[in-house]
Formats: sequence, structure tokens, C-alpha cells
Amino acid sequence: MTTELLQPLIYDIGSPGRLGVNLPECDVPKVELPAALMREELPLPEVGEVQVVRHFVKLSKLNYSIDQGMYPLGSCTMKYNPKINEDAARLPGFAQLHPLTDESGSQGALFLMHELQKWLGEISGFPAVSLTPAAGAQGEFAGILMIRQYHIDRGEGQRDLILVPNSAHGTNPATVTMAGMDVLELPSNDQGNVDMDALHAACEGELRDRIAGMMITVPSTLGLFESTILEVIATVHDAGGLMYMDGANMNALMAAVKPGALGFDVMHYNLHKTFSTPHGGGGPGSGAVGVNEKLAPYLPGPIVEILEGGDPHHAEADVGATYQVARHAQGNGGRHTMSPLDVAVSTRHHQPPEENAATEPPLYGFVMPEKSIGRLKAFHGNFGMHLRAYAYIRVYGDSGIRDVTRYAVLNANYLRAKLMATYTVPYPRYCGHEFVLEGHFADAEDVHALDISKRLMDYGFHPPTNYFPLIVPEALLIEPTETETKAELDEFVKAMETIAEEARTDPELLRGAPHTAPVRRLDEVRAAKELVLCCAPARAAASV
Amino acid sequence: MSYIPHTANETQQMLGAIGVDSIDALFEAVPATHRFPELDLPPPMSEMEVAAEMLAISEANDHAQDFAIFRGAGAYHHFIPSVVNHMLLRGEFYTAYTPYQPEISQGTLQATYEYQSMMCALTGMDAANASHYDGATSLAEAVTVALEVARHKRKKVILSHAIHPQYREVVRTYHQGRDIRIIGDRGRGEIVDLMEMLDENTAMLAVQYPDFFGQIDDLAALADAVHQAGALLVMVANPMALSIFKSPGELGADIVVGEGQPMGVPLGYGGPYLGYFAIRQKYVRRIAGRIIGETLDADGKRAFVMTLRPREQDIRRERASSNICTNQGLMALAASVYMALMGKNGLRKVGELNYYKAHYAANELNRLDGYSVDMSKPFFNEFVVACPRPIADINQALLAEGIIGGLDLGAHYFHLNDRMLLCVTEMNAKEEIDRLVEILGGLS
Repeated sequence: MTTELLQPLIYDIGSPGRLGVNLPECDVPKVELPAALMREELPLPEVGEVQVVRHFVKLSKLNYSIDQGMYPLGSCTMKYNPKINEDAARLPGFAQLHPLTDESGSQGALFLMHELQKWLGEISGFPAVSLTPAAGAQGEFAGILMIRQYHIDRGEGQRDLILVPNSAHGTNPATVTMAGMDVLELPSNDQGNVDMDALHAACEGELRDRIAGMMITVPSTLGLFESTILEVIATVHDAGGLMYMDGANMNALMAAVKPGALGFDVMHYNLHKTFSTPHGGGGPGSGAVGVNEKLAPYLPGPIVEILEGGDPHHAEADVGATYQVARHAQGNGGRHTMSPLDVAVSTRHHQPPEENAATEPPLYGFVMPEKSIGRLKAFHGNFGMHLRAYAYIRVYGDSGIRDVTRYAVLNANYLRAKLMATYTVPYPRYCGHEFVLEGHFADAEDVHALDISKRLMDYGFHPPTNYFPLIVPEALLIEPTETETKAELDEFVKAMETIAEEARTDPELLRGAPHTAPVRRLDEVRAAKELVLCCAPARAAASV
Repeated sequence: MSYIPHTANETQQMLGAIGVDSIDALFEAVPATHRFPELDLPPPMSEMEVAAEMLAISEANDHAQDFAIFRGAGAYHHFIPSVVNHMLLRGEFYTAYTPYQPEISQGTLQATYEYQSMMCALTGMDAANASHYDGATSLAEAVTVALEVARHKRKKVILSHAIHPQYREVVRTYHQGRDIRIIGDRGRGEIVDLMEMLDENTAMLAVQYPDFFGQIDDLAALADAVHQAGALLVMVANPMALSIFKSPGELGADIVVGEGQPMGVPLGYGGPYLGYFAIRQKYVRRIAGRIIGETLDADGKRAFVMTLRPREQDIRRERASSNICTNQGLMALAASVYMALMGKNGLRKVGELNYYKAHYAANELNRLDGYSVDMSKPFFNEFVVACPRPIADINQALLAEGIIGGLDLGAHYFHLNDRMLLCVTEMNAKEEIDRLVEILGGLS
């Protein structure tokens, strides 16, 4: 390949001997380095600071992002990421806090996590929450491992089947396999709901004693609230299974319904979707899990609890007092000699707070739930995402969180109503926070969902999720989120209408799109066949 | 309404277009008995108040700007050049998502490709993925790859006890549903003892480099022994140590995983961090997660795209070997910017500073009455100190002097009571080290 890249590789803009950073001189006596253990080559670039800055700024400009415009990527909840959250995450007290700091020295962080656990539990109707999963997929994994262990502990280890509707996210079936269980796929009916006949057949037939549970997304990946959800839950429970709710679509549910109240046993939240933490070009996420009493002992750990004294409502009653939370505890730091790496040995305190303890802030600490499925990652979750979610919920508060869902649903239904005239919109029902339409036209057979997606780039929009869910042909899954204005939605509608027209008048325009993006469509077959995954100067290091 | 822009007038127009009277009417599919619950949350707050509250909460923590830190154990306090944060704060990077649409994601794609390249350079591997959640989950995913390579016919996984205790816990969490045996880490086995456990049922053997105690074992004979048994050698490596020490590739590793946090990611109370995962070419199609490759666009222009996609959960569903979707992309960008800035010479210099300072501290402490440093093997920037008093008491005394001391090893390894794992990095000035030595000297 001889043509140039849009921006040369970092390896190709350096010069031997150039430095990007000045480092201090060594202020201690040097000892001899162990020659036999030392490497000879370190094939990294040699680039100056200014070149590095320009390189990454130029790369950044090749991206599309929420900060530039609407990003209606269905199922991903690409809402605005508040700037204040970024500032908060960079406060030294958070950014420069070692994860193995003793409890007494991390009361601020522990308090914040405890509040967030409580709030997430309240929003979804679950009494216990663990913040440790690093992403939604890890939250799912935790949920299925909990269900598995629950059955084993009841002497029903033969329950190894998880029901998964065919509209599910791919992570659901992959999760079941990772947990060493098997998937039983369920069809959907013409309304986009789970086919109840198939569900009853599975739960009441010969597989009944093997049903461990069901994973279901609410609203479904079609953006539709299962109108039969209570019956689904009852049917699975009757068969002895537990109900897992994939909370990827929680943006449609806050203060509209509590999954715990519906009868779900466990769910995960995506803090990077519903609670505005940035998607970071692929991550990090954060996939907290909430559970009912049955599964609480199995939560992945550690979780934050009040270890000692104080009034658990103290901080909430008097927010200004949060400041003293840690300072108080610090003065008593010697009480806890437990190593921060190993919370499993800690005992749980269930004493009710003393009556006269109202002025005393509680002492927060990590505990490992009694029958925990274990640790999902080192330390205690993506704390940087926890604090952003905390700030987000704090800004909206009780009345605002309700509006997040209401306006997300309003925006989606508005787009849906406006686009129905031009596109086939299956399922004649109001949608939740997203909806699916068919990205093809009977009188323009050569145009596909992919072409519409690519053409949207020319009009300044990120495409919707395409070809998912799999049960709708040529699916375009559109999720505008609550942070878009009516004007922006109207622009999107206009672009979609223009594209529908172009599909008839100039289909090649669509099939060749995008025309204004930094590059045109890519040869994915070539990428997979040639597998160039690492540039040449770096490969020189690969040896043996 | 905070980040919701609608005016009352616009809301009315939108409801009109939908053909309903109120937003409530859009929720008719939710069972009426459960519709619109009250939420017991605090009232809304202005940005000004939230900023003040976040500051107050953050200041209730003992952080590295107020305290000298000599604690590592899997999370390291290193210098992060200002440029790193400024690049991460580009909205074009942090408010984008997974580059599903490569035409408008070349920034993320190329930066990730460069990250993969630089991780290959550091580890001596042929390919790296776009990241896992952290070092621990990277190791757990390496176990999956090893089992897959052996087509699930080999059921034994050997882990050194000197791998981070939490990483070993995570491996057990991940694989609790599988019919495999995880052995090797219950005793205090040396490398030779682990080698004796190898047999035709072994899928992989994993060691940490430098190990959890900061030490570097003689690994010369290990790779051959592992490969002779038909198993894979997995190394958990601190990338900062790879700035000066032989690459795991040179030592014969098949898969190299670890925590990328030391390279440009702040301590951040344990996350988000960066699980890196690098592998030899012959196993590359077994790798989980996102991976970026080079290709051409319709005009023949060079560009980047996510590749080997059919391995992934969204396509392969229940036949995928991992469910990973969202990764730690922004942290990979941080490491990418960090490595680019430090470069060949800067990173080596940081590595040397860590080595010199840790050895200075170790030598000084070793001279103190009642203290002894385990110098039986070479070490990088962490080492074990046997102390004359319970570590909790020592750390309490240090804290009072503004120092966060080492990790109390007794809680994790029964034979290591009264032993502290100390970490010294380029961030610890000589005066800080001298002060640490002085205080410990007074506690003998």
C-alpha cells in the first residue's frame, strides 16, 4: 500500500533522538542495572510535544461525536455528557486517590459509592446494588453467575438453561455461554413481544426443571415495552427460574416503572448510557447490578456498607456535612486494620444506628457479600464513572430524573411520528426511548439500510444502529435521547426525507455514500484477510 | 431542566405531531399498577452547588497531592504529562462511541491502531486488542483463549501464587461455570515448582513479571518447558517495567496481559483502568474484543477499520468466546498519548528512575535495625520489607506524617506477617524517601 494516510502514523513523524517530555534528573545515587535482564530495543516513536499534540488533535478531527451533533445510535443512549462531570472526575481527591487507601482515608469516595448504590436501587426498585461491573456485559455476566449459584445452593444445579428472546443484544447469549450455561432462544410475535405460546411451551414442557432464568431487555430492543411483561415474569417464576433485566434501555424507564417492582430479580444499569458518563470512543463503561433480597448475598464484591455507627441518613439530611464524613473517620482510622485488598475477612455490621447518633457521620467500608460470586475486576469498579453518575443524578434530582425518561420518550415518539410517512415503521404502537424502522423501499430495491446510514453522514448525522435487532429486515434503530432539541430532530427528519427521495431518483448517490466524510467506504474483507494490526516499526520488536 | 432543552411550546408542538395530549399517554404499555412510581431521591441541584459538593467529597479522601505515596500493588502513582489530559478532553474523542462507522471514526481507529502497535513494541508480541477492562480481566480472558487453543481438551490452568491476589480471584470468578482446575497458587511455589505441574492436561501457565512482590524471576527455562508440555505461557507484565527489562516476547511468552494504568492513567480509586492484551500471530484469531486493522477505502486510500468482527458477541452470539463489547477505549487513548510523548528515550528514562529510586529506598531501609528487604531476586520498583512491628501500626505512624505507606502483606499471604510491600516511583523525591526511612528508623 503506497498511498498516504490522512494523518501519518505517529511512528512516521518522529526523528531519532527527539524527546516529547523533559524528565527530572535522578536525585538518588544510581546502582548498576542488571545487564542480563535488560532489553536492547524499545521501538517506540521519537516525537516532540508539539507534534504529539497536533497529531492527536488532527486525529480527533476525523471523528464524529456527540459534542458535534446528534448521535442517534440505537441502544447506546448517546446523550450529552455534562462537562461538570469531567471537571469533577479530575479533582485530585478523586483522580489521585489510590484504590488501596485505607477506609479511613477514602471516606469521601466510599460515601459517594454508597449514595450511588442507594439511588440506583431506588430508581429501579432493588434493595441491593453492586457497582463493581466494568461494563454492561460484565453486569450481565455477574447476573447470570448469581442466578447459577442461587440454583446450585438450592440443590437445583441442573437448572442450566437461560431463555433469551431472539431480539436480544448479542451480549446476552454470549454471557450465558461464558457462565457455562445454555441458551434457549425464544421467538417474538408480530407485535415485537415475546411469543407467549413459545414461552409457555418452554416453561411448562419437559425442560421445565432445567429453566434457570430468562434474560430480557425492557423496553425490548425494538424500543417497545412488552405489554405482557407481568405474564412473562410470572411464567418464568412459576417454572422456578429467575428474571434478568438487561437495563441497556433504562433511559425509557426512570420514574415510569421500577423493574424490581415488576418482579425482576436482577438487572444491570449502564452508567455510560442512562447516567451520561461518556462513551470514550468505545469505553469505559460501568455496569452496576441491582438485585432483590434473594440474590443480594450473591452480589459481586466489594460493595459499600455502613460499617459503624452514625445515622445512615445523616449525609442526605445535611449535604454540607459530607465534608466532615471522612475527617471524622480519619480521626479514628486506627479502628480498621483490615487490609484494603482483602475485604472478604471483614464482618458485616447490621446494628441499627443509635438514636443519639444523628450528628455522628457513619463509617463507610467495603464488604464482600456473604455468598458473593466473587470479584469481577481488581479493586472496586470504574469509580471514575460512579462519580460522574453521582453528579448527574444530583443535578437532576427526584423531579429531573423523571423528566429524563419523559423527554427521551417524547423525542423518540416525535421522530417516529414524523418518519412514518416516509419509511416503513413496523409495530403500530408508541415506542419507548427508541424505535426501529425499515431501511429499504419497495420501489428502490438496490438501496439498503447501510446506504441510508452512510448517506446520513453527508447530512451531518451519525447513523442509527443498523441491522439490529435481527428480527426486523434492514433495521435502523433510532435513539435520539432527551438532550436533542426539536430543531435538531427536525433537521434529522429532513435529512431522512431527502434520502428517501434520493433513493428513488439517484440510488447510486446513496450506494456511494458517504461523499463528505474523511474516507469513503472501507474494504473490510481486505482488512480481515491481510490482518495488518500493528505498524512495521513496532513489529520489529516481535521476536523469536 | 438541566440538559433537557425543550420549551413548553416545543413540547406542545411535538405532542401535537404525535397526536397525544400529554407525555404520560406515551407510557400506556406500562402496567397501570406499576406506572409512574415516586422516586425517593434528593432534590435537583444547580451546577454551582454540585461542583462545591463534589469538591467537598473529594477532599474527604487522602490523595496523592496531599500525601506522599509508597503504595503500589497493582495501581501506580506515575507522572502524567499535561498533554495526556488535554487530548482526553477533546470532545471528538471522549463523546464518541465504538467506531462502528469507520468513515467518521478514523481518529479513534488510528489512535487505537497506534496503541496496538506500541503495545506490540513494548511486549514483543505481534498483535494487541483495543483493551479489556483491566489487568485482572485481561488475565481471565487469556485463560479463555488458552482453553480455546486447546479446544477445551486441556483442563488445567497453572497460576503462580506471585500473581496479584485479586487477579487470581477474578480468574476464578470468570471460570466458575467451567469444568477446569486452577492450581499452583495455593502454596508458595517457585517457578521450578510450577514447571513440575505441567502435563498433557495443562492449557496454560501464568506468571507475573515483575511479580506481585516486585521481583523478577529467572524465566529462561520456563517457556521451553511450557511449550514442551503443549501449553501456552501467559505473562502478566507491568508495562512500565518493560521500558527497561526484556520483553515477554523475548522470554517466549505466547500471551502478554496486564494493567496499562501506569502509562498515563491516574490512580482514580481503581478505575477506569486499562487491561491490555497482546498475543502471537498464530493465535490472533482467538483474541476477544475489538481489534483494529489497516485497509483501503473505495478510492484506494489507506484507512483503519474494526476487523475480525465475526468473532464478536454481536455477530456470533452464544458461540462467541467472550461477551465483551464496551471496553476501556479512552484509557487506551491515554496510554497511546503517553507512550507517544515519552517515546523510546523518555520511557526508558522513567523506567530507570523507578529502578534507581526503589533501590535507593531498599538499600536505606535494609540498613535500619529491625528491618530487612528481600533482595534475593532482582526487583523493579516494588519490594518487600520485613518490619519489627505490625504493618498497621507503622502505616498509622506514617499517615500522621503525611505518608501513605506500603501494603500490609500479612492479610493476603499467611507467611508474610509484618511484611510490607513498598513501591517507589519517579514521583517519590529523595527527600520523601529519606523521610520515610527516618520515620521507620524511629519505629524499630
